[in-house]
Order: sequence, then structure tokens, then C-alpha cells
Amino acid sequence: MTGSRTTFSYSPAPESRAVVDLKPSYGLFIDGDFVDTIDGSAFKTISPSTEEVLAEVTDAGPRDVDRAVAAARKAYDTTWSRLSGRERGKYLFRIARILQERGREFAVLESLDNGKPIKESRDVDIPLAAAHFFYHAGWADKLSYAGYGPAPRPLGVAAQVIPWNFPLLMLAWKIAPALATGNTVVLKPAETTPLTALLFAEVCQQADLPPGVVNIVTGAGPTGQALVEHSDINKVAFTGSTDVGKLIRRSLAGSAKKLTLELGGKGANIVFDDAPIDQAVEGIVRGVFFNQGHVCCAGTRLLVQESVAEEVLDSLKRRLGTLRLGDPLDKNTDIGAINSAEQLVRIRTLSDIGEAEGAGRWSPVCELPERGFWFPPTVFTGVSQAHRIARDEIFGPVLSVLTFRTPSEAVEKANNTPYGLSAGVWTEKGSLILHMAQKLRAGVVWANTFNNFDPASPFGGYKESGFGREGGRHGLEAYLNV
Amino acid sequence: MSDRPASPSADRLEVRKTYKLYVGGAFPRSESGRSYEVTGSKGEFLANASLASRKDARDAVVAARAAFPGWSGATAYNRGQVIYRVAEVLESRRSQFIEEVGVAEGLSPKKAGSIVDASIDRLVWYAGWADKIAQVLGGSNAVSGPFFNFSVPEPTGVVAVLAPQHSSLLGLVSCVAPVITTGNTCVVLTSQTMPLPAVTFGEVLATSDVPGGVVNILTGKVSEVAPHLAAHMDVNAIDLTGSGLAAAELEVAAADNVKRVLRPNLDSDGREVDWATEPDLTRLRAFVETKTVWHPIGV
Amino acid sequence: MIAAPVQETQWDGIANSDRSLRTFLHGLPGVDRVGADQRAAALATRSIKTDSKAWAIDLAIQMIDLTTLEGADTPGKVKALCAKAIGPDPADQSVPSVAAVCVYNDLVGIAKEALGSSGVHVAAVATAFPSGRASLPVKVADTHDAVAAGADEIDMVIDRGAFLSGRYLQVHDEIVAIKAACTADGHSAHLKVILETGELQTYDSVRRASWLAMLAGADFIKTSTGKIAPAATLPVTLVMLEAVRDFRAATGRQVGVKPAGGIRTTKDAVKYLVLVNETVGAEWLDPEWFRLGASSVLNDLLMQRTKLTTGRYSGPDYFTLD
Repeated sequence: MTGSRTTFSYSPAPESRAVVDLKPSYGLFIDGDFVDTIDGSAFKTISPSTEEVLAEVTDAGPRDVDRAVAAARKAYDTTWSRLSGRERGKYLFRIARILQERGREFAVLESLDNGKPIKESRDVDIPLAAAHFFYHAGWADKLSYAGYGPAPRPLGVAAQVIPWNFPLLMLAWKIAPALATGNTVVLKPAETTPLTALLFAEVCQQADLPPGVVNIVTGAGPTGQALVEHSDINKVAFTGSTDVGKLIRRSLAGSAKKLTLELGGKGANIVFDDAPIDQAVEGIVRGVFFNQGHVCCAGTRLLVQESVAEEVLDSLKRRLGTLRLGDPLDKNTDIGAINSAEQLVRIRTLSDIGEAEGAGRWSPVCELPERGFWFPPTVFTGVSQAHRIARDEIFGPVLSVLTFRTPSEAVEKANNTPYGLSAGVWTEKGSLILHMAQKLRAGVVWANTFNNFDPASPFGGYKESGFGREGGRHGLEAYLNV
Repeated sequence: MSDRPASPSADRLEVRKTYKLYVGGAFPRSESGRSYEVTGSKGEFLANASLASRKDARDAVVAARAAFPGWSGATAYNRGQVIYRVAEVLESRRSQFIEEVGVAEGLSPKKAGSIVDASIDRLVWYAGWADKIAQVLGGSNAVSGPFFNFSVPEPTGVVAVLAPQHSSLLGLVSCVAPVITTGNTCVVLTSQTMPLPAVTFGEVLATSDVPGGVVNILTGKVSEVAPHLAAHMDVNAIDLTGSGLAAAELEVAAADNVKRVLRPNLDSDGREVDWATEPDLTRLRAFVETKTVWHPIGV
Repeated sequence: MIAAPVQETQWDGIANSDRSLRTFLHGLPGVDRVGADQRAAALATRSIKTDSKAWAIDLAIQMIDLTTLEGADTPGKVKALCAKAIGPDPADQSVPSVAAVCVYNDLVGIAKEALGSSGVHVAAVATAFPSGRASLPVKVADTHDAVAAGADEIDMVIDRGAFLSGRYLQVHDEIVAIKAACTADGHSAHLKVILETGELQTYDSVRRASWLAMLAGADFIKTSTGKIAPAATLPVTLVMLEAVRDFRAATGRQVGVKPAGGIRTTKDAVKYLVLVNETVGAEWLDPEWFRLGASSVLNDLLMQRTKLTTGRYSGPDYFTLD
């Protein structure tokens, strides 16, 4: 044997940053070009894993938003709405291909800006984003077969505001269906993760997309507000917190703007005693520790049947001991950085409340880097429905474990939340799976799997998790005048 | 009462009907003990309708919620038959409705007849949709991986329906039928000024196998009742068709629990659509949730 | 099956009948194929570089059961293989020896002599390998032969026909009989039980067969004969690793695992080591508890090892073909 090593410790395997060409500062992407702000300012975007400043980005003002909406309107009126579906589709196919070609560059940039592990940005975010464009490209000239009448019409200009958890993927979820159906867009990426959206602007340029069809305005809440409240938009699509979703809902009251909202969740992952336990444990891990738990459909409430609770928990803890937390660019990292200082505070606060309320807190031995924003995978046991950690969306790597005795108790507890985005069911009994799938009030039910996504699969919530669907035939409705 | 048809016998005094609410399958008066005068199109007195209060609205929501598991859990075939039964009973009371609609909306018997006929036919149309809409709105999705993935439309839950103000029966039926076809239950606030055909329609529902609480009918003022329905945290969706000027304000209230909102479908002059127009799937789609289920495929 | 270690007596009634074995084996948690495949595929993306790669390569070499199981095998061929097993790279004495040489039982004596006191074990396939289609007395005699000739390890096959038709007791009792033959006359050969997972098809069957073999006394459970496709795969090995992990938790007894067949490259070998590391941990990362049944992988491991030490890529002409 070489060296004195007795355990299999993995040497650092960092993905090279060289593939990314960061500019010191970025303007806004309006009407096909990067332009300087009119009435905005600048802010810095940092790498959450090191707090290193990555670039300076524009905080767009109301007049910038005006300009972007005007560009989108002009593009809608003069080019995009006049183009045949077939030609629109070809642009989207081009975009899909360019995203694939530049996949590694996007993955590295996403991990730098967001803090997520490179293996997730490389194997999930970016390929799915490309797939989303490829899927919707094919719809562009087939809309008359989509079940919305013989000649469904686009809405016009879509204002789209997306979150920081899957920056490029959420961009794809928004832009691909909007463009396929013939709308033009103004998109605002989250303030902590603007860089892949700005790189996407370059993709639009490489694809020769007509100017103004896609416009990217960066900024924070006020920029988003100016965008969704703009008088010349026809559609608002928002993914983010339920609180902000409600504000947008109110601000659109009385207008003719069409709205879809994809909001928070508090998903239940239900494990029955006849479950495939090893895969269920993987599903629990994937359900709540994927992307540091920054997932609206995360399975943050583990509901485990009492008869196997101890067994499942033991397995889960052993498995969590193998998670590797650290440098997002290391190819072996499982858990990356929390996206922002602000989010870290929220996770810490809610976790402390969980502890104060009497739940048992456990984390594997896990060394946290000194710089950057980090939170260890955390499991709370002995949680009851009344605990805040069982009710509030934490949006972090924190799992609350509850138990149940019967299927009806599981349904009752799973549905006992204002949210209704996702749920998981683990059992080898087919009829129980279908029973649970029917009873769970959630937009996505994963049975014997969790956190799968696909452009052909409609995604969206019940109740306060929002309305409207993204993906599949169903997702087209949000951008059509039907 | 000169415009009302004369009693069959001139020397016999007519036995009038008391128009009450229809909540949970029963016909209670308003808990507030209030009523309001309803007049015909020419201003003549027709009846005192119950003036529903916010507490009546609350009770109606409780009734609708209680009825939801049973109605949404019934087979689609069964729901279709029940709605078809409503059409049957409505047909059997056709002449009564021609009279009531005619008086309420100031229409000739011929015109009122065509409206009642259209209402019956609309119910038949929706009845047939009950066991087909899942195939049209749902299906399997070709995901790239070893998974079977399918989507099904499911009822949103309890829907508040602000019925059209100017179409006392056809408008009402056109709004209520699609809501219950997909398995929702509802609380309906009728046309404020023409509530009587709706109350009589409640009698049709009560005698046609529709479980109590599936449709709850309130008569009263939009300004008084609608805000409580719009803000109610146990109402999942609201149809603002009859909301008039209050639409925007109600939409704001509806945001509190992220209600699904169907905005009034007005023509370019701000008038209600012609309810005689053949419907499409819009109203069925408005109050369903798409649920998508994944399962691995493997030995 | 994660439970506190139990008294052996608790397991007494299980192997009484097909029915009692069936009740037990079918009561084990199921395995969802897609989930297991996903887990194995995810672990296969681990990136093992520099120091950790060098360490893994040397460990992998030490875990190899260098195998020749051909009708055309001769004493000459086996002797050459033994020389390679002791010193895999004539040009580099720092390369460790492999774990064992695996041959048919008529060649055990030749191998034993060639390996001498090198510490490299002789493993013999027995029990009418690879099909297992012979009577129990023949299988026992086959085993006695090999053990008498000096085999340190016996790689037996289970009767897949019996297993698939639910005759679990027969499978169990055969393993017990072969185990007895391994330790007869003062010998102490280790028993590896080949499940031939390619014929079992489902992961549920792999898990049940693993438990059945362990209950009957297997020291190792092994995926395949190498004569049936598919041979070893990562997910099958994952399921077997989970079984030995759970078996130890339940009984306190540790059992080894040996994937065999289809492991051809360093990358393949390292993936198996990652699988072991993250499923059962360091305690199994030892030639005593994990083996790789393979032959061609050795030269690739040597090539990669040379690349790590010299910094340049090597070619097949620089490594011996035996």
C-alpha cells in the first residue's frame, strides 16, 4: 500500500474554474444587447461557499424595467408573434443545443454562484434545463393539438421572476414554454444568483434569437415588483416564497394579467413498514438533502410507520454519515453551501426553535468550512404536528421526523398543512400506493422515488403551494390565451 | 300581484312559497332572521328572500367541506348520473321554471322556455363530461427514465361561486355544473336581484340524488357575503362571475390562502357573456388541480 | 433488518423447512430496482484522483482473486498465473501480491505448489461449477478433493433451480454440507457461495439468496461464476453489501463479498471500492472481506499505477499477458 492511509479518503477532485470567463461587471440584457442601467445601481454577487466577490451586477431601476418591457413588446408585435411555430421551435432547438454544448461552463458557473455541488449542477440542473428547451421546442408548431382549441393564441409579454435554488433550471422552466407558445419575456433572476441568466443571454445571442424576445433584468425585490406591476405586461409567472406570491397575487387583482405561482411546500415523505427500506432511506436523503434542502418540493417531513421507525432512523443516520459537505466545485461533494447569509440565519433560527420546542436534534460529525455559509445535515426526531419545524418551510437541509400507525393517520398528517406541493410514498403494496396517491393533496406524488423532474411531467401545487403547472402539455396553458 | 298567473281557481287564495337558503341539503332561513324584498322585472313584489349573513356563508362552507370527501370520492360515473338526474328533474319542472325565469328576467314564455331548455341541456352536457374529463385533461407523460408517470385532474375543493347577476337560471347552471362535475363542492351566492329561480333550483337538487352540502345556495348581497367567501381560508377557489365592481377587492382577499380565481368573463363592453353560447372546457379546467404521480418501473 | 444482535437461538427455527425459510426470506424488505440502480450509478460518479487513486489501486490489486476457469487450462498456464499473482509487475517490486488464484479443483495442487509460502491463497471452484447440476454426494466429493489438495478457499455454486422453485431448504442444506466438507479432517477452507445473480434476475432474489447463504454458514457471498451474463454489476453488489451489513447487525457475524466477472478496468475496480466504502465502510475494505473475481483488470490496474508513478500513459505491451 502506498502511504500510511488506512481508510478510503477521497483526495480533492475540483472541477476546473478555467472554463468560466467571468466579467468584472454585467449590464442588463435588453433588446438583444447588454446595456448600462438608466436609473439603477450596482451590487455584488458572491460565491456563498467562499464569500468571494464574483462580479458586479446591475440592480435595475423602474426605467430599466420600462425599457425591457418595451423591448419585449416591440419584439412581440414586430417579430415573434408573426413567426410561424416551426421557426420559433427551431430557435428553441438551437438554444437547447447550445446549452448542451456549453454545459460544463454553465455547471461550474451555477455552482460558483449558487453554492450547489457540481455533481448536481452538472448532472441535474443543466441537462434538465437543456431538456426543457428541447421539449418545448417541439410544441411550438403543435399548439393546435395541445387541447386548447384549434388556434390558441399567446398572451403577449410575460414577466417572470425566479428563485435562487435552481437558477438556470427555473429560467428554462419559465422561458421555454413562454417562447414556444409565442410570448416574449422579461425575466428577473434572483439577486443572489444572477450569473447563469446573464450567461444565458449570450446563448440567446449565439442562437441569433431576435432582439427583445428574451430580456434579462437583474435586481432584488423592488425590481421584481416594478416588473410584475408594469402596466404593459400580460402575464406574470413567479416561483418563490408563498409570502411574496400572495403579494403578487394582490397586486394583480383587477388586472387582466394572467398569473401562475409556484410557491413553498412542506412535503411529507411517508414510509410504510413494508417499504424497500434501503431505497426509502436513499429517497429520504434525496428528498431533503438534495440541493442543501433548497427545494420547494423537498420531503422535509418524514412520516415513518412506528413499527419501522427505529430501523429507518438508524439506517438514515448511518447514511447521513457518508454525506460529504464542502467545496461545491469538488466532484465528490454531496452537500454544498447555503445560498446566502440571510438564508443561513433563517435555517439556524428555525432549527433553534425546533430544539427549544423539545425536538431531538442530530447531525452527523461534519466539519464546516470556515468561510462561506454552511449548515450541516440535520435531523429532528420526536417532532409533532404542532412544532414549527413541522409546519414552516425551512428551505434548508433539515428533516423533521414524525411517526404514524395507520394509513389514514399518515394521510391526515401529510395533508395537515396549508401547502400541497409534493409527497412521497414508500411501500411495496401496489393498492396502498394508489390509495395514498389519491388521498394526498399534493401536485406531485412520488411513489418509491423522490425528487424526480422531467420536462414532460407537469409540476405545481395545491393550496398555498400555488397554482398553474409547469412542464408537459399542462404547462402550456399558463402562456396561452385560453 | 297582477302580473303573476292567476290562481287556478279564482276563489282560492294561492299558497305562496317561502324562499329560503339551501345549505347542507336543508332549507334554513338566514341565521340572521333577515329577508329582503325581491321584485319582478317590472318592479312587482315577488317574494321575501332570505338575506344571507356572513355566518350563513360560514355554515355553507362547513357544509360544502363536509360533503367534499364523499362527492370527490364518488366514481365519476356516479357523479355523471347524479348530474343527469338533476337535468331530469329540471325537465319535469320545466313549466315552473319557465314561469319563474320569465317573471324574474322579464322574458316572454317562449324566450324563457328556450333558457330553461338550454339549462337542462347544459346539465346534460356536463353530466357526460364527468367520466371523460380525466382522459382529456390527464394521461401518461413520457419522462426520460424508468418511471411510469401519469397526471390526473382532481377537484380543487370547496369553490365559492358568485353566480351571474343577469342570468338567473342558465347562468347559474352554467357556473355550478362544471364545478360539481369534476368533484368540487360549492357555495353559491345567487343573483342578488333575481334569486328565486336559484332557490327553486335548490329544490331540484334536493330531490335529485345530489348529496346534501355539495351545492349550497345563498341569497343576499354580494357586498355583504362575497368578501367573507373570498377571504375564507377553507375555500379553495372562487368564481367571480357575478362580483361586479367588487371583483378586484375580492381578488385581493382571495390571495390570503392563494385561492384559484376565475375572473368575470365580460365582453368588450363590460357585460356578462351570453350564457346561451356553447361552453368549452374553460370552466372545467378552472377548478381542477393536476396531480402527477411517479413510480419506478423495474423487476 | 437492522436490529440489535440476537442470540443464535433466535435463528434456530428458520431453517426447519421451505415454509419457515420462505416466511423469513420473503419478510426481508424488498429492493426497488430503479432506486438501487440509481444509488449505484450515483456512487459510480465519485471522482477518485491522485493519492486516493494510488491507494485504491493497490488495495484493488490485493483484493483480486486472479482467475482462470477454462476447459483449456493447463499446469503451465496455472503456474504462469501464480507467478503473476505473487509479483504482478516484474518491473516493479512495490506492487503487492493479489489475494488468491482461483482455479478448477484438479489444478489446485499445481497452484498450491507454485504459490508456496507467498501468502497468496488458492481458491478452487467446486460443486459441479458452474451449473451446480450434480448430486450432493458428487458436490461434497468435489469439495473434499479440492480441500485435500490444499485449497484455502472453496467457491461453490448454489442450486439456482432449487432456489427459484422455492426449495430453499435444499439450497440451505447443500451449503451446510459443503461448509462441513470445507472444515473436515482438520482443514479450514473458507467458503464462498456463488449466487449466480444473473440467473436470479431480481434484486429481491439476490437479497434472499444472500441471506440464505449467510444463514447456512457462508464466509463470503459471491455474485457470479463468470459464465453467465450479466456477471457482477454495481447494483447487485450493492444489494449484497447491504445484506452482509444487515446480517452482521442482526447476528454479529461478518461475511465477505466478492463480485466476479465483468470487472475489466481500473475505473470499474475503483467504483466497487467506493461502493464498499460508502455502503459498509472501512471494515470491509480489506482483502479478508472483499474480493474482486477477475483477471484482465490486473493489467489495467498496473498500467494506471505506472501512470501515477511516472506521469505518462503506458501501453499493454509493457505488462505481461498470462
